[in-house]
Amino acid sequence: MDTTTILAGLGQIAALLLLLALAWRPVGDAMARALSSERHLAVERGAYRLLGVDPAREQSWQAYARALLAFSLISVLLVYLLQRTQALLPLSNGLPAVPEPLAFNTAASFTTNTNWQSYSPELTMGHLVQLGGLTVQNFVSAAVGIVVAVALMRGIARERTGTIGSFWVDLTRACVRILLPISALMALLLVLGGVVQTLSPFGTTESLTGGQATVPLGPVASQEAIKLLGTNGGGFFNANSAHPFENPTAWTSLLQVFLLMLIPVALTRTFGTMIGDRRQGLAILGTMGVLFAVSLAAASVAESIGAGTAPELAGGAMEGKEVRFGILGSALYGTASTLTSTGAVNSMHDSWTAFGGMMPMLNMMLGEVAPGGVGAGLYGMLVLAVIAVFVAGLLVGRTPEYLGKQIGPREMKLAALYILVGPALVLVGTALSFAIPGVRESVVGTSIWNPGLHGLSEVLYAFTSAANNNGSAFAGLTASTDWLAPALGVTMLLGRYVPIVLVLALAGTLAAQGRRPVTVGTLPTHRPLFVGLLVGVTLVVTALTYFPILTLGPIAEGLL
Amino acid sequence: MRTLLQTHLTALRALVVATLVLGLGYTLLITGAAQALLPAQANGSLVREPEGRVVGSALIGQSWSDEQGEPLPEWFQSRPSAAGDGYDGGVSSGSNLGPENEDLIASIEERRAAVAAFEGVDPTDVPADALTASGSGLDPHISPAYAQLQVARVAEARGLPEAEVAALVERRIAGRDLGFLGDPSVNVLELNLALDELARG
Repeated sequence: MDTTTILAGLGQIAALLLLLALAWRPVGDAMARALSSERHLAVERGAYRLLGVDPAREQSWQAYARALLAFSLISVLLVYLLQRTQALLPLSNGLPAVPEPLAFNTAASFTTNTNWQSYSPELTMGHLVQLGGLTVQNFVSAAVGIVVAVALMRGIARERTGTIGSFWVDLTRACVRILLPISALMALLLVLGGVVQTLSPFGTTESLTGGQATVPLGPVASQEAIKLLGTNGGGFFNANSAHPFENPTAWTSLLQVFLLMLIPVALTRTFGTMIGDRRQGLAILGTMGVLFAVSLAAASVAESIGAGTAPELAGGAMEGKEVRFGILGSALYGTASTLTSTGAVNSMHDSWTAFGGMMPMLNMMLGEVAPGGVGAGLYGMLVLAVIAVFVAGLLVGRTPEYLGKQIGPREMKLAALYILVGPALVLVGTALSFAIPGVRESVVGTSIWNPGLHGLSEVLYAFTSAANNNGSAFAGLTASTDWLAPALGVTMLLGRYVPIVLVLALAGTLAAQGRRPVTVGTLPTHRPLFVGLLVGVTLVVTALTYFPILTLGPIAEGLL
Repeated sequence: MRTLLQTHLTALRALVVATLVLGLGYTLLITGAAQALLPAQANGSLVREPEGRVVGSALIGQSWSDEQGEPLPEWFQSRPSAAGDGYDGGVSSGSNLGPENEDLIASIEERRAAVAAFEGVDPTDVPADALTASGSGLDPHISPAYAQLQVARVAEARGLPEAEVAALVERRIAGRDLGFLGDPSVNVLELNLALDELARG
């Protein structure tokens, strides 16, 4: 790779950092204001009347969790129903009803902010399902992530109280004041770059050679903006953001990376502002930044070197990559997308080099905390911070505390359970796929596209992506089978809602506590030392869990 | 029990409101604004011949082969494609073949031999993008190196001076966006349209 290409690659990273640095403060503070303001906008008051809720009434963590789960259950049912009745609905491009296992998988997928797609959208989902079901979930599932993070912030900020806010108010405000305005603006910017936006069906034109060329149209830009802003990732087209109508140019690609990192990064500012100590938000941001930098460097180097039989034979790892993005533009997108919970792709990760392709997997295995999904990244990192102060407390023999809150047995149990959910789902799901007779034949015979070690990686990637609600894939895997579609659907639901309930319980526990005074013995959690500790804890508790299985998949493939 | 039912009813109402506002309302608003302000892009960046006939989208790559799938020598060729039978705009897709996949390894070897023979060049001169399928299967671009590689063959098939075709390619090379984003590229459809104009004088 020549010097100009490397300099250009560094330039795109610098541009991304600059954009994020400029947006961090205003967006972070605007979110803090939006979610703690006493005033209701007129449209919001209208919404509360329609919903029949009293916006002044706050909820206990249990009531908050019940409302969130009820909303999510209804969401799954409605998206399922829309797909099953597609044949009867208008704007459906004449497509038939979606089969049951696939409809369940997709409903679970979009409700949990995963946006895993076991189907080819062009051939499966009409415009109405896309905008009435999927776009709506892109908004509200992102809002659910934000409100859980905010509830946890309130738990830390408040003292001796039984309530952590109102789910309905938080949900409405996250949609109306944050997601909707930014999405509308960005959708138009994407159209400027060439993303299509029309209700027309696919068109055909006669080409210069006399053949037919299909022009795949649809309301793409509107869905694209919230797909990224809400770290959703579900593409309008099968090729996702590698498709020229989703991501037409190198600058729209950088804009998309900025969009998917915007809220997770700015939420660290919101956190600092809401707990009244901005240095704490900076420390969390610093931890995320270190992990991001290391991961991006590894993926960029691996793809640039292009090790492996096929890439070496071709003279570069261009299989599955678009010329307009290049190798470094693809590595940046893939890294950002899997370190958040976006799962959008502008190149096909399945065709990345063995070690390069291991990085997106590792990113998700870290629990997507650098900077993670909207809301989910922040609360994931705060749970890790709880574990980190516990470890530090053990080392120095003091009662652990975080931001003035004591970390006792109940808090530790909640945090430990949270950490265990992801690995349990990933490892058990992958193991069962190869262990159950009958299922094994389906997985090996039908689902796996690349036989051998890479096939194990495909299944491992799928469960990692589902459990962490990422949604990206080693897309060779055929996941619309009778085993993988429901199994991954259940994995997504458990991987989303079990951690959420644990975080809300933690928020309730912390809110009920008083605040302990800062003394000389208090571990400062805003210094580089703590950032280092938090990075270490993140790597140890999550990545090491997966080391054995990674040696069987990508590591073996890269070394053999 | 009653509160639980109440909560689910509230959830249902919330979702109906969300579907109307965030699904229909938002999508229609953006569609209206895009159609009013940026109709060319919103409708697919369609490209026309000088006579006005639409010949495709500037953003969607096309196949430049005959019906048997043999490359036509009078056109600049796109990259290999895994979308349907190649450049099927209805089914975007990459190959998703892994780095050690034997089918991929065999394809790359075959393509290298085929491109070298078609262009009459040394097999080692064929660039990576000519040997690999893109992520979308609809990549509208090729690398400048692959475009330059095709100049001699196209010039011969068209009976045009090689220097003129080479100059045309040079003019059609798009640099990086803003000077540093992505890789330099050549849009194949636009290049072929310009080639047609050149041939017509």
